[in-house]
Amino acid sequence: MSRGIHPIGSLLAALARGITGVQVQWAGCEPSERQRIYFANHTSHLDFVVLWSALPSEIRASTRPIAAKDYWEETPVRRYLVENVFNAVLVERGAMAKAKSPDEAKFLGRSLIEDMAAALGKRNSLILFPEGTRGTGEKLGEFRGGLYFLAMRRPDVELVPAYLENMNRILPKGEFLPVPMLSLLTFGKPIQVQPGEEKDAFLERAREAVSSLRRIGPA
Amino acid sequence: MLAAMHDPKLMWLFGGVLGLLVLSTFAGDILKQRHPIDSSRSTIDNLNARIRAWWKMCAIFAVSLLIGRIGTLVLFAVISFLALREYMTLVPTRRGDHRTLFWSFFVIMPLQYYLVGILWYGFFAIMIPVLAFIFVPTSIAIYGDTEHFLERAAKIQFGLMVCAYCLSHAPALLLLKIPGFEGHEPRLLLYLVIVDQMSDVLQYVWGKLIGKHKIAWRVSPNKTWEGFIGGTLTATALGTALWWVTPFTRLESAGMSFTICILGFCGGLVMSAIKRDIGIKDFGVAIEGHGGILDRIDSLCFAAPIFFHLVRYYFVP
Repeated sequence: MSRGIHPIGSLLAALARGITGVQVQWAGCEPSERQRIYFANHTSHLDFVVLWSALPSEIRASTRPIAAKDYWEETPVRRYLVENVFNAVLVERGAMAKAKSPDEAKFLGRSLIEDMAAALGKRNSLILFPEGTRGTGEKLGEFRGGLYFLAMRRPDVELVPAYLENMNRILPKGEFLPVPMLSLLTFGKPIQVQPGEEKDAFLERAREAVSSLRRIGPA
Repeated sequence: MLAAMHDPKLMWLFGGVLGLLVLSTFAGDILKQRHPIDSSRSTIDNLNARIRAWWKMCAIFAVSLLIGRIGTLVLFAVISFLALREYMTLVPTRRGDHRTLFWSFFVIMPLQYYLVGILWYGFFAIMIPVLAFIFVPTSIAIYGDTEHFLERAAKIQFGLMVCAYCLSHAPALLLLKIPGFEGHEPRLLLYLVIVDQMSDVLQYVWGKLIGKHKIAWRVSPNKTWEGFIGGTLTATALGTALWWVTPFTRLESAGMSFTICILGFCGGLVMSAIKRDIGIKDFGVAIEGHGGILDRIDSLCFAAPIFFHLVRYYFVP
């Protein structure tokens, strides 16, 4: 599915860039129209919009965020934003934990990956926050398994790590009004699942790929 | 609007700045051709980048000055905003400071410029030193995070003082009512900015040419006695030669420019010390060749309030 950028999307992207004054560094790769999964640290509601706005507009139009269903379906405004403006892929958080049996969990997990693979389609890219929830910004949380399974399902797609600096100070969890500090977004070198690599080892490596892009403060 | 254009002396000042820009651009080109690939090349490239940035900065400043009081106020408010943003980004703050910071950026700082705009001197002079001084620690305390409490409150207050309060004294020159000088206030602001910035430039030039003895090598490896003395003397001479655009006599103008140079040096030194403390070279990357906004205006932040008060004390009845 292909469509242009919703005007509200462009407006929000411009706003996010203005508030965060984000400086973008393509340290490990160049902007490209090839299919990618951008995965980054998550500390603020602005993370997605900032990362998205940092992409050149022709790439932006085909890049979709993965967003938490429970949060984004809560109010009509949020629903409008994810469905019409950002063209987000909604996934259920913790669905597997809620499952009654291991088989059901396995089934739910698999359908989740299928949903994301379908969202990638033939030409889309995705933005994913593998921590699954917003952190405080001090330490990068553990990565959830979705990134690994999705990478196994679609080995042709490039996995690009990214680090968003200072976003937790601009709009931290639980705050409504942003403080216009400067942010820095660094894209790293794409990674791949190595032949025979276990899930946990890959996720640790992916986490390391993100945290190594950090410039300020402890890793 | 554009009333300032009917002030021939202001136009002369603009013409002088333009001439200087043209001259330095030629000089930069010649240097570039003489040193195609040697060790001094990176210094020359940086010099040319700085000159290019000066063209832009002078153009923006000239346009806002010509628009009048509103244009000048808006320009300085934007500079304050960008400087405060660079400062707060680099100074460690905590989650508990979030709302205080929001107020600093969106209420305290704009209010300071609003007060300049409505010519309310009494309020303008105490807003940040008194009211914000009480507000900042109180609002942090209400949030309840006491870790490094004094440091956090002090750092936010210092940022507001330097970036908002001190700098707002430069456009506040426009509200001074000097007998016999009515309508020419933009010249006073331009005089301050020219002497202050030329002092920076000339200290840099003298330092590069003959600089040997470091003043405070721990703080700033680029500041030398030769640069400081040469820059201060030449910028003071320049300021003295510009007496005819001010309400000052030649001697007064010499004193004023000397004060501006010394304070500008103090501002640069203090902001350098802060940069060393944080462990950075520049506050930002906003201006090509110069670093951040705050790196460019650090000297003005210290010179503006003292110059303002000297003029107010001696020339406003």
